[in-house]
Amino acid sequence: MSESQKMMRVEITRFDPDKDEVPKIQQYQIPVEPGWKVLDAVNYIKDHIDPSVAYRWSCRMAVCGSCGMMVDGEPKLTCKTALSDYGDAIRIEPLANFPIVRDLVVDIDGFMDKFRSVKPWIVRAKERAQDMEELNSRGTYSQTPAQLDAFRQFSMCINCLLCYAACPVVANEPEFIGPAAIALGHRYNIDSRDEGSRERNAIFRGEGTVFSCSFANECSEVCPKNVDPAAAVNQAKLGAVIDWAKGLILPKGGA
Amino acid sequence: MVHVSRHDIVIVGGGGAGLRAAIAAAEAHPDASIALVSKVYPMRSHTVSAEGGAAAVARDDDNFELHGFDTVKGSDFLGDQDVIEYFVEEAPKELALLENWGCPWSRNDDGTVATRAFGGMTIKRTWYASDKVGFHMLHALFQHSMRFDNIVRYDEFFVTKLLTDNGACKGVAALEIRTGEFHAILGRAVILATGGGGKIFPFTTNGAIKTGDGMALAYREGVALKDMEFVQYHPTGLPGTGILITEASRGEGGYLRNKDGARFLVDYDYGVGNKAELGPRDMISRAIIQEFEAGRGIDDRHGLHAALDLTHLGEAHIMSKLPFVRELAKIYIGVDPVYEQIPIRPVVHYMMGGVDTNIRAETEMPGLYAAGEVACGSINGANRLGSNSLTECLVFGAAAGLNSIDYARGTDDGDEARLRGQAEAEAARVGALRGSARGKEKIADLRVAMNDTMETGCGVYRKQDSMQATAREMRSIRQRVADLHLKDSSKVFNTELVAALELVNMVEVAEVLAVSAAHRTESRGAHTCRDFPKRDDQNFLYHTIAHRTDDGPRLGKKEVKLGHWEPQERKY
Repeated sequence: MSESQKMMRVEITRFDPDKDEVPKIQQYQIPVEPGWKVLDAVNYIKDHIDPSVAYRWSCRMAVCGSCGMMVDGEPKLTCKTALSDYGDAIRIEPLANFPIVRDLVVDIDGFMDKFRSVKPWIVRAKERAQDMEELNSRGTYSQTPAQLDAFRQFSMCINCLLCYAACPVVANEPEFIGPAAIALGHRYNIDSRDEGSRERNAIFRGEGTVFSCSFANECSEVCPKNVDPAAAVNQAKLGAVIDWAKGLILPKGGA
Repeated sequence: MVHVSRHDIVIVGGGGAGLRAAIAAAEAHPDASIALVSKVYPMRSHTVSAEGGAAAVARDDDNFELHGFDTVKGSDFLGDQDVIEYFVEEAPKELALLENWGCPWSRNDDGTVATRAFGGMTIKRTWYASDKVGFHMLHALFQHSMRFDNIVRYDEFFVTKLLTDNGACKGVAALEIRTGEFHAILGRAVILATGGGGKIFPFTTNGAIKTGDGMALAYREGVALKDMEFVQYHPTGLPGTGILITEASRGEGGYLRNKDGARFLVDYDYGVGNKAELGPRDMISRAIIQEFEAGRGIDDRHGLHAALDLTHLGEAHIMSKLPFVRELAKIYIGVDPVYEQIPIRPVVHYMMGGVDTNIRAETEMPGLYAAGEVACGSINGANRLGSNSLTECLVFGAAAGLNSIDYARGTDDGDEARLRGQAEAEAARVGALRGSARGKEKIADLRVAMNDTMETGCGVYRKQDSMQATAREMRSIRQRVADLHLKDSSKVFNTELVAALELVNMVEVAEVLAVSAAHRTESRGAHTCRDFPKRDDQNFLYHTIAHRTDDGPRLGKKEVKLGHWEPQERKY
């Protein structure tokens, strides 16, 4: 290590439910290289100082969504966040608003249930055999670039869960299905191939969904993929209301 | 004590191939129970990182014959032609299904699916969703899979052993990472869909989870690995991190340049002819190394590299077709490709070899199937064409799902006491490893030793003596890995224990790779020997087969299925 080697103090949450009552902070002094991301610092600690630190990571290119953590109190994708954005010390904690499993690993099973609850798949009204008559000679539905652009942004979510860690509603009301799940349901609602919006809007009118949102916009501010879940939530509110109004006017719920 | 559960089939791996297999089986048999076991949540699987596209005939000027021949030629005639014919015929149906399931494929103005050019493909047949194709395919598959109640997920379970009875595969033993508990997940058939093992090498596009697990699981049970010497170096990885910059950059019109600013693929004869930047990956990676050796590489703070130039494409084109490339270049190397060239160098990307499978995705062990990068069917032979592998995950994932569930319905459960006994022994073995402070070797040290020797011996260009040295070194590392020193004795989310198990898997697979490479004294596809620069069909037109022995891999041969495409000199 040269004289000019930059050193940094890294503070990491440690918690092993078998041994610890409450999480504690452990400090590490490490050399850092130019260009490192926050994840590189954690990897350095695991390889060279303390192999017991537990965290999730894989792609290190901001697409698998595994490595979300709180960095100096803000939710960040650690493989995307430059260490040079911070000073001589940095604090890394598990994502807020989730139960801690161990160290920097949180329990996301609740999210997985919320995710599934919005029916995140293409719903078609007709039986498959009949529906296939609507496919072109290549076996695909027609969809114009404009129809694709209508939902594309909301299909970019990597499920990193930074938005749940930032959301003030999730913090107070853990059962709130949250920004990513709503954005996903909305993504299918506005996909020209989908015919399931009435089912999803009924879900969205239920408790703990779109109308619980206080529109703090934190979700969109922390999203590393510019999905803008707050916009999706707002659009989903409107869609759910319009569907409900149609139901009042037309007894069978409208078209 | 192990927890026992029973399903019809058990799928290991939740990426493109595993999810496709699960959906195929669940759809065909709504009353069957399908276990999907993955060491990560499925949406974290490495399929997510694929960028450029998935190949299938889609245009009126294209046909199966053309896609088939491009693939055979790309494979340097080591691909099995019956399997390739099946692959190209199934490919359009599979990509159309993904469309029906919501994948946001990019479109032509008339609403049909758009296609782009890719290396070694003579027609634009690569379907794409901007430059995040693997991400969109994986999420479409995962989300679609959630509609099936009969797919039972075991997220963050690490499979450590295949359970067998009377020579047939009947389930898996798995560590539940969150609790440290052991499970015997039983099924009358098992599908391996765990991907490749790029992390054997130091410089790779692959994510941390790509540790060759499925290959090692099969190999340890006596199942052959095939063609392991063939490792694909992708021409365009970012120096330092190895992050992938998609071949679609060249498909969309990007140029490769040397330090003089020259398009070396045009100015010098590297065998790619007028395909230039759209030549196959093996040839372009070799061309870049030769440019370095000729003193025409760029050497600066990023180390020795070449340049990918997209500046002439313009911002609008880059933002519509290659937005992720721009994002990656900006974040990970500080370059905006709208205005500057991207530094790139060849990087380990994909393993053509894998578990020996046939056209039905069956292995030599009854009840054991494999699909995706973990398998070797082989459509890829000695060199895979870009955009064939995502399609391969779908075509052979579906085949594995359907064929395994049919097989499962016609066979017995196996002797449960015997299977449980194997899982209990496995639980004891892995439990003893946890926090075993007696050993001397550190995980990180052995990983670095493996990485270093594999890069030295099994790079883009290889030499007999260095391959032999790497094979010897890997044998020694395989012995050392039995003496690991682990510090973490916690049962909860013990990532040190998982890393140790992954390291053992990588070491096992890396030794096979090195030994297979050293034996092939010819140059074919991605396997390029300085000492034997020519392809030798007389002596080496066969698949390398490796079976495990305690002394190292025992090599054998398997016939290449030729067909109506006769081997010829591979020139473009």
